[in-house]
Amino acid sequence: MSKRGITLYLHVHQPYRLRDYTVFDTANTHDYFVDPDPLSGRNNEKIFRKVADKSYRPMNQLLEKLLQTHPDFKVSLSITGTLLEQAEQWGQDVIDSFRRLVETGRVEIVAETYHHSLAFFYSRAEFESQVEAHKAKIRELFGVETSVFRNTELAYNDELAQWADQYGFKGILAEGWDPVLDWRSPNFVYRPEGTKDISLLMKNYRLSDDLAFRFSNKSWAEWPLTVDKYSEWMNASINDQPLVNLFMDYETFGEHQWADTGIFDFFEDFVGRWLADENNTFYTVSEAIEAHSPAGTISMPSTVTWADAERDLTAWIGNSMQKEALQHLYALEKDILRTEDDQLISDWRRLQTSDHAYYMCTKWFTDGDVHAYFSPYESPYDAFLYYMNAIRDLRWRLHAHHKTGGLSG
Amino acid sequence: MNILMLGWELPPHNSGGLGVACYHLAKALALKGTSIDFVVPYSAVHENIDFMTVHNATKLSPLDRYGLGAYDSKFLISGNNDAETSHLTDIRSVQRQYTKYVERHIEKGVATYDAIHAHDWLTMEAGIRAKQMTDAPLIVHVHSTEFDRSGGASGNPIAREIEYQGLIVADRIIAVSAVTKRIIIEQYGIPADKIEVVHNAIDTASFDDGYEYDRRTYKYLESLKSEGYTVISAVTRLTIQKGLTNLVRALAMASEKYDRLALLLAGDGEQRDELISLASELGVSDKIFFTGFVRGKQWRDSYSVSDVFVLSSISEPFGLTALEAAHHDTALVLSKQSGVAEVLHNVLKYDFWDVERLADQIVGVATSPALKTSLKQNVMQEYAQLSWDDVAAQLHILYGAARQPRERVLV
Repeated sequence: MSKRGITLYLHVHQPYRLRDYTVFDTANTHDYFVDPDPLSGRNNEKIFRKVADKSYRPMNQLLEKLLQTHPDFKVSLSITGTLLEQAEQWGQDVIDSFRRLVETGRVEIVAETYHHSLAFFYSRAEFESQVEAHKAKIRELFGVETSVFRNTELAYNDELAQWADQYGFKGILAEGWDPVLDWRSPNFVYRPEGTKDISLLMKNYRLSDDLAFRFSNKSWAEWPLTVDKYSEWMNASINDQPLVNLFMDYETFGEHQWADTGIFDFFEDFVGRWLADENNTFYTVSEAIEAHSPAGTISMPSTVTWADAERDLTAWIGNSMQKEALQHLYALEKDILRTEDDQLISDWRRLQTSDHAYYMCTKWFTDGDVHAYFSPYESPYDAFLYYMNAIRDLRWRLHAHHKTGGLSG
Repeated sequence: MNILMLGWELPPHNSGGLGVACYHLAKALALKGTSIDFVVPYSAVHENIDFMTVHNATKLSPLDRYGLGAYDSKFLISGNNDAETSHLTDIRSVQRQYTKYVERHIEKGVATYDAIHAHDWLTMEAGIRAKQMTDAPLIVHVHSTEFDRSGGASGNPIAREIEYQGLIVADRIIAVSAVTKRIIIEQYGIPADKIEVVHNAIDTASFDDGYEYDRRTYKYLESLKSEGYTVISAVTRLTIQKGLTNLVRALAMASEKYDRLALLLAGDGEQRDELISLASELGVSDKIFFTGFVRGKQWRDSYSVSDVFVLSSISEPFGLTALEAAHHDTALVLSKQSGVAEVLHNVLKYDFWDVERLADQIVGVATSPALKTSLKQNVMQEYAQLSWDDVAAQLHILYGAARQPRERVLV
């Protein structure tokens, strides 16, 4: 009988935000991702440096300590290509600290799209290029191969699982969403519908979100969350089941939940408490899959994400602006790739990062719940205008430098 | 002749056409020997004005006054914590301060006036007060009504009531167009013979400041033009009065027939987000270029980059931008509900609601170089004949005549 394990998976990501890129900039300057204003919320360097200080450095230090202290502590990380590029540029020590984690052999890197994109839903060829690019980047920086896949925003459906299965991944991650699970528990390994060799790990969203979203919320009935209480919940959830999948943004630690909320101490104490019971352990995502055979088959014909009460893609492609913007962006695929112009291709791919579409989301904005609107822009409409101007500039560059692709307007 | 002129803005501290019209009208009057005391509701130096005396009625900065929006009666000043000005929390407070200033000015008795000339509802209360105190005739100059500003609805009841009082008490009313005259008659019940139409004009000399079109300002649009695209533009506040949803719909309809079209919307306003949404619902976001508020070179270049200028207003008392566009060599398409359409003939006209016709006209100009060239060249001849000097001559006659009916009544 294998031990009861927590599969802790953290997602590390920063986008390249667009500056306030206007009609007047279009075709004149091509530096969409560089905001010269040091006080701007669109200054990527400033934001990276801030998050590195608040989250990446202290959390990696804590993870390193936990790995040294507890032989059974393990963690899985997915780190986007855009984050890695930013770290290489503005915080090489952050890369080094991730490397030390991976070198312990108890930290697994999870595969995803290099640019944190929704390419799966627009272009299979582009999607596969980005998966390959991410694999290559991980190999280059960390010397390891990835074997478990997660898609951007945990956007998952049966077709994706079937793709991942054929591609050769042995595992894939998804949201443990009640309407899908029905009477079943997320605390088992499953087999996706229509696949042969791949296993599915599903997020225990209650226990995950207790940390990711609710930890410091003083109006939450359970605040403050103590290690006692959380351990009790963990034990109640896992009971006679094999594992609990805690999936969340890495930036939960130090950025979404600041250090002064006590999140770091809480986490350190909780890991110690969990491992004090010799029946308990941690799994990497690969270990979780190897240790447990699928308990059944799960089918998700329509796409499920880890976002919002709806758990769908409406935050990214729900309104007409988002649909139109992405359609124009992906329409450039053939012309852009044909240029073999690295800078142009890179800029086009950076615009695929799902955060851009998210900034155009109006569903909270129209409710007047602007606090839920997590964006560096004044409004979703501004985000849309800057993005469209950047697309136009891509077209202009294609046209001016490569005599290809029509300008359009 | 001594005139007390009550205005709300003057360039460069203007938010729209009202300030421009007041400036040129006063300047042309001054050139005819008229002495003018011009009151504005803010404190600022007008370096370019030496032909009249500008009086500052409050200590507010012009920036605070921009916030009020000369045309927007819904707007409130907020976040002004300066002790001296904190009580000026809304446009009504500014108007009261303004009226008090005018009262004090008249009490000083430094000048006697042959007429009081008040521009729009903002200054009408002060105008009524000045008339009561001096017994000089009150001339109310209507550049826009609350009916126009609310896009053909009844609008703000307070603004409407002040307008009504001003129109009733006035000895003479100047409407900037027949469109406006009709609104004053129909919406406010004022007899037609009390209202004179005096169209605005354009001072072409004010454009001769060494300006040269810079192709880099709208470089992407220039690239589109070199690919055969036609650039349509509206230089305007993005607000319901301007009928821009119809323009966006017409663009979408026109694009189905002829694809090489781009629309430049230069300006900002509360309707912007609605227009962005509408464009994406119609699938034409890619064709529409939002600049935000433009001034100076970006503003002039927005005309210069355009092939076709559309004035799509639901109700436009005059529409100075159409004359500015004509000066920058564009073909004009004007809604029939605009005053400027009364004075220009070498233009295409349509009813503001007639999206299909507008679409058809856009396609027509875009696909016919001959039509485009004729419209541009001919309107260029026509617009320049509208002179502020003629406006000043009309006003002089009006000032002289204003008093007479009243005196007859008194006899």
